[in-house]
Amino acid sequence: MTSTIEAPRSPYTRSTKKSGVNWEKWGWIYMRVSGVVLVVLIFGHLFVNLMIGEGVSALNFAFVAGKLTNPFWMVWDVIMLWLALIHGGNGMRTLVNDYATSRISRGILKVAILVSVVALITLGTLVVFTFDPCPAGAPADLVASFCKSL
Amino acid sequence: MSTATIDNKPVVPEEIKSFTVTLIIRRFNPEVDDEPHWQDFDVQLYPTDRVLDALHKIKWEQDGSLTFRRSCAHGICGSDAMRINGRNRLACKTLMKDLDVTKPIYVEAIKGLPLEKDLIVDMEPFFASFKAIQPFMMNSVKPEKGKERIQTVAQRARFDDTTKCILCAACTSSCPVFWTDGQYFGPAAIVNAHRFIFDSRDDGAQVRLDILNDKEGVWRCRTTFNCTDACPRGIQVTQAIAEVKQAIMRGKA
Repeated sequence: MTSTIEAPRSPYTRSTKKSGVNWEKWGWIYMRVSGVVLVVLIFGHLFVNLMIGEGVSALNFAFVAGKLTNPFWMVWDVIMLWLALIHGGNGMRTLVNDYATSRISRGILKVAILVSVVALITLGTLVVFTFDPCPAGAPADLVASFCKSL
Repeated sequence: MSTATIDNKPVVPEEIKSFTVTLIIRRFNPEVDDEPHWQDFDVQLYPTDRVLDALHKIKWEQDGSLTFRRSCAHGICGSDAMRINGRNRLACKTLMKDLDVTKPIYVEAIKGLPLEKDLIVDMEPFFASFKAIQPFMMNSVKPEKGKERIQTVAQRARFDDTTKCILCAACTSSCPVFWTDGQYFGPAAIVNAHRFIFDSRDDGAQVRLDILNDKEGVWRCRTTFNCTDACPRGIQVTQAIAEVKQAIMRGKA
């Protein structure tokens, strides 16, 4: 008895352009997952900054400097920065794919999005981790209260 | 005691008034025109008339060159999908009484497919996507001799909604992703894939999920719900696409 080998389940025509990771799929999953996390992070951020304690009037250099010395808020802000920028960048990429008609304009726009996302993530991460809350020579009434003890 | 009297007056049915409707139709004759242009027609119609009746009146009484497709004229063949006041509708299912007849009614061909003449587009790209998802039952196991493939009521109900598709292209040609990217399979093809993916008698779900897991597959859907709004059969198109996405993530139907 001869055994028959079945035809591959996928049609032949697509095998050439199939290359490993399915980025569209992972991009879609990323948007869903990061979206849910961002809802918590962003609304938490807004609640803490604008509603707790003195509310919006408490916002000044000292308030932000104080938050950026707390490891909890550093991690919070960095996660929010990365998730939001990649989420936004990927959203812009899909818009460009949908609406930019020529291959060249699509390429230029997507490179521009990539460059700005990378630049903003790099700058933002640098700021969060290398931030000096007590700049030398700053007036005492503008910086955080713990700067006096330094 | 009262006795029934015969009312001798003949019953005159209330006269239904007709009214004049202006239709502005996007005309294009490839032999003469370089660009499509809008042309308006005044037609005398009843509230129970459909846009298709208006088109017939124009073609039969005013301008025989008006070109459009229609076959059954009763919402089953899917030939006369067109853009009526900016929304994709079947001309044979759109009643005058449901439209604002104090304003002109704009009628044009569906978008995203090559315009051939007046209200007719080339449907080939649309059917090519339909063919690509292999819209036929695939099953390697033969049923017992003299028996059919048994399916429970619940199994049949699982894909009932997507069996209603009449391939009119109203959904696909209302999709903003399809307007710019003809490579996208489009809602209609995904709906018809859904019809087989979730059919318990079919063995080819993996094949179709592979096809739709493509770069131009279900992930391009932006859930704008244009397709659900456009479907003349009331299919929950966006939901069907979401279910196919879920099936791809699970790796099975």
